[in-house]
Amino acid sequence: MCRLSAITSNAYFSPMENILALETMKEGHDGSGLGLMLKDLGGPFEEFKGYPVLSAVCSNQGLLDLDEYMKANGFKEKFTWAPNIKNVPGVERRENYLAKVYDYPESYRDKPMTEKEDLLMNTRLALRKIGETDESIFVFSFYPDVLTLKEVGDPLHVGEFFGLDKSDISAKIILAQGRQNTNYAIYLYSCHPFFIQGYGTMTNGENTAFVPIREYLSGRGNPGYIGYNSDSEVFTHILHFTNRTLGYPLHYYKDVITPLKESEIEMRSDAAALRLIKKSLRPLCIDGPNCVIGFTPDGFVFMVQDAKKLRPGAVGGKPGKYALMSEVCGVDRAVPDRDRTTDIFPMKYDTVIIAPGALEVKVWNQLHG
Amino acid sequence: MESASRLDQNHQLTLKEFPYIIQWREGRCTRCGRCTAVCPMKAIEPAVTIQRLVRSEGDNPTPKVSRTVSHVVKQVTDIERYCIGCGTCTLVCPTDAIFPEYNFQHKFYHVKNKGGIPYMRGGRRNDPSVSTLDKLKFTRISMLTDPALDAGRHEFRIRTLLGRNLPAEHLPIKVDGDRLTIGAGEFVPPVREIYPIRIGSMSIGALSPHMWEGLAMGITYLNEVEGLPVVMCSGEGGMPPSLLKSRYMKYFILQIASGYFGWDEIIRALPDMVEDPCAIEIKYGQGAKPGDGGLLQAYKVLGLIAKIRGVPQFVDLSSPPTHQTQYSIEESVAKMIQSMSMAWGFRVPVYPKISGSKTARAVLNNLARNPYAAALCIDGEDGGTGAAYNVSMDKMGHPIATNIRDCYLDLVKQGKQNELPLIAAGGVGKTGSLAANAAALIMLGASAVDIGKYIMQTAAGCFGDEHNRCNVCNLGRCPRGITTQDPKLYRRLDPDKVAERVVEVFKSADVELKKIFAPLGRSTELPIGMSDALGVGDKDIADRLSISYVC
Ligand code: SF4
Ligand code: SF4
Repeated sequence: MCRLSAITSNAYFSPMENILALETMKEGHDGSGLGLMLKDLGGPFEEFKGYPVLSAVCSNQGLLDLDEYMKANGFKEKFTWAPNIKNVPGVERRENYLAKVYDYPESYRDKPMTEKEDLLMNTRLALRKIGETDESIFVFSFYPDVLTLKEVGDPLHVGEFFGLDKSDISAKIILAQGRQNTNYAIYLYSCHPFFIQGYGTMTNGENTAFVPIREYLSGRGNPGYIGYNSDSEVFTHILHFTNRTLGYPLHYYKDVITPLKESEIEMRSDAAALRLIKKSLRPLCIDGPNCVIGFTPDGFVFMVQDAKKLRPGAVGGKPGKYALMSEVCGVDRAVPDRDRTTDIFPMKYDTVIIAPGALEVKVWNQLHG
Repeated sequence: MESASRLDQNHQLTLKEFPYIIQWREGRCTRCGRCTAVCPMKAIEPAVTIQRLVRSEGDNPTPKVSRTVSHVVKQVTDIERYCIGCGTCTLVCPTDAIFPEYNFQHKFYHVKNKGGIPYMRGGRRNDPSVSTLDKLKFTRISMLTDPALDAGRHEFRIRTLLGRNLPAEHLPIKVDGDRLTIGAGEFVPPVREIYPIRIGSMSIGALSPHMWEGLAMGITYLNEVEGLPVVMCSGEGGMPPSLLKSRYMKYFILQIASGYFGWDEIIRALPDMVEDPCAIEIKYGQGAKPGDGGLLQAYKVLGLIAKIRGVPQFVDLSSPPTHQTQYSIEESVAKMIQSMSMAWGFRVPVYPKISGSKTARAVLNNLARNPYAAALCIDGEDGGTGAAYNVSMDKMGHPIATNIRDCYLDLVKQGKQNELPLIAAGGVGKTGSLAANAAALIMLGASAVDIGKYIMQTAAGCFGDEHNRCNVCNLGRCPRGITTQDPKLYRRLDPDKVAERVVEVFKSADVELKKIFAPLGRSTELPIGMSDALGVGDKDIADRLSISYVC
């Protein structure tokens, strides 16, 4: 099963911390890939807060096509970052790994954020389309203050490959996933974490209800609900749909993916609304077993799982830094000097939510609403 | 030598023309006369023959011939009294002296049109081949990351929704701080949570009072004692007023069909109803006999039925093929849904039932645009009926599998698959695999399935099968007492036993559904549209249904 390693902090830290935590959980992943998603960026990106960052992997031709498209659509390049690639055995090098910071096209500069977000998503989708068939462009995210890196290989080797051990790349929230490959062809678009308009999530487990969920999301009329090279991508889109499209507060994500039984709903003060959403969003009920870790555009980090997840994830840390991991050894690696008695192993009704700044952990119990 | 005229039997039938030939063992028969008395077709009768007897007594063979008069059981060769192979004679014979044998060479269909009247019968399509539903299997076993679920211990929630599910975008939900609330006074269409296998429409009239009572008691027990919310549909022809006014009404779906039979009583009972019905089904078609309206032949229109339906006794009750007061199906569906919804103050889901058809998708698309339509029930060609022309049953109609799949995928394209539930009927459990057929249809996109013939076979021992066994439900002579209004016949059927069987059938189907869903890793929600779980060893079927081909 894939291993998940998320850290949220009030200070910038290196993604190597996540990777080293993944390393402690090594027996759970087979080293078939690493996905990193950084939010609230430090290092060279710190001065570009507010400007969208495009994270991509391209061939040389793909890079030309990408630049041409961005230019034609009025995006002005402000900064380009590329990892300092070090050849590492077992990691196959592609031509270009990059993160480019752009300024919005003139006509969008004064538009509200929601419109900007639509533009960014549509641009990402257009680039994806251009480079999808010949695999000349992979684009993972295009959003202010978010950077994504993905490559196939053992996480520690991939970290080294990207030169992260020596890089000044840092962030305050980082999601990392060490892949347990489930299909022969390792495809970059099937690697978590997944991203859409400020929401990033990663998952482990098997999503047995994948097909009906995918079909439901595909019918929502949102062009961003595509891809689904992994059954986990739907969790990101369900979050986006619940929180952004429907506007439900974050903790209702749990009520959407793992609705309560009627006898439990009765006890909630918002029972009437819950009954309605349970019926209307019936196809989004996951049947697990899954553990989802993610962040929202405003920097909340959460962990949630369904009742079938027999071994819960672990959350631990201290004010200012918390780790949300699929295994407790990962937490030990990320925040060794914490009070372990305060570790949290969210059970089937729990959603762990940590606000930006990582000062405290809130456990929201679904039974109490 | 006989004269030519006495050998000229050309216009008579031989037993070889008949679908079932009676095997009678003279040596075992005690001449009790039970078989001839019980035979619903009078296909056998006591007869007297002269037998030549050769006897030899003593040490040396000394054969002596004598002729004696003997009583036999004889099968008649009158086409109106053909043996239906029901086996009731076997059932009552104390010495196992008689049984019917299927005759593969019969020419029954060539000759069963006396008086220019085509063959009419009950039952369903006489097609004993393996149905598409029976070919589907469940191939996505959850072996990947976590062990598959334990069907015996894990908690399963096998329920479905009947009613118009508003899309979440249109729910009257407001965000109040970090809570969701509902805007006061906003209309939300009624949606029922029911068990995904329902008992489909079979009327009081088509069914005997004992059969109907047995089914009704069975589902009431399932709801109130077993906690399985199984519902059943009244069929056309109303319900007894006492039941209409009872608290059990919530377990019943009231059907209105083109003859509107029984609706005088229903409307009269409306002010006194203490519970709303589960739903209202508007019948536009029946899978077994597309294009035909309901038909209750005069033999079955006796006292109670005449009273409930508000008609005289002993008249054929045929409903028109369409709702004749309406101009087109779109208009009809819209108006009927509207008026039925209004009659119950918009508290009851109202949906149409159509026969399986290439045009089902067009009907569906109309419904998708009608915000009051609560579901669509599609009845495939393998559905049953109490009475129809054989040609309608055997040759008309559309298989349910592709109809449901096409309709579901159409809804998926519009993003409305959760909004408008599809109910699949027709041939579910045809060969006894109720849970597997139901699960397959659910994974193809149905929200629920209906059974009819299956429950008659399993709960009341209906003899009918796809070799045209029995199938005289239209004549009021049902040997099992299931589809007759003749008290002599339905007295044979104990409603308590029927109810007991109904309970057993649903409980065992529930266990089997869990045995199917558990290995797929599904327990929380019904796996509607989980087509990746299905596989079939026939490439054409796989392509047509967009599921995987496995071999
Ligand atoms: S099988 Fe049925 S129809 Fe045939 S002789 Fe026996 S009782 Fe009569
Ligand atoms: S047993 Fe009764 S219900 Fe069954 S086929 Fe015969 S007549 Fe019809």
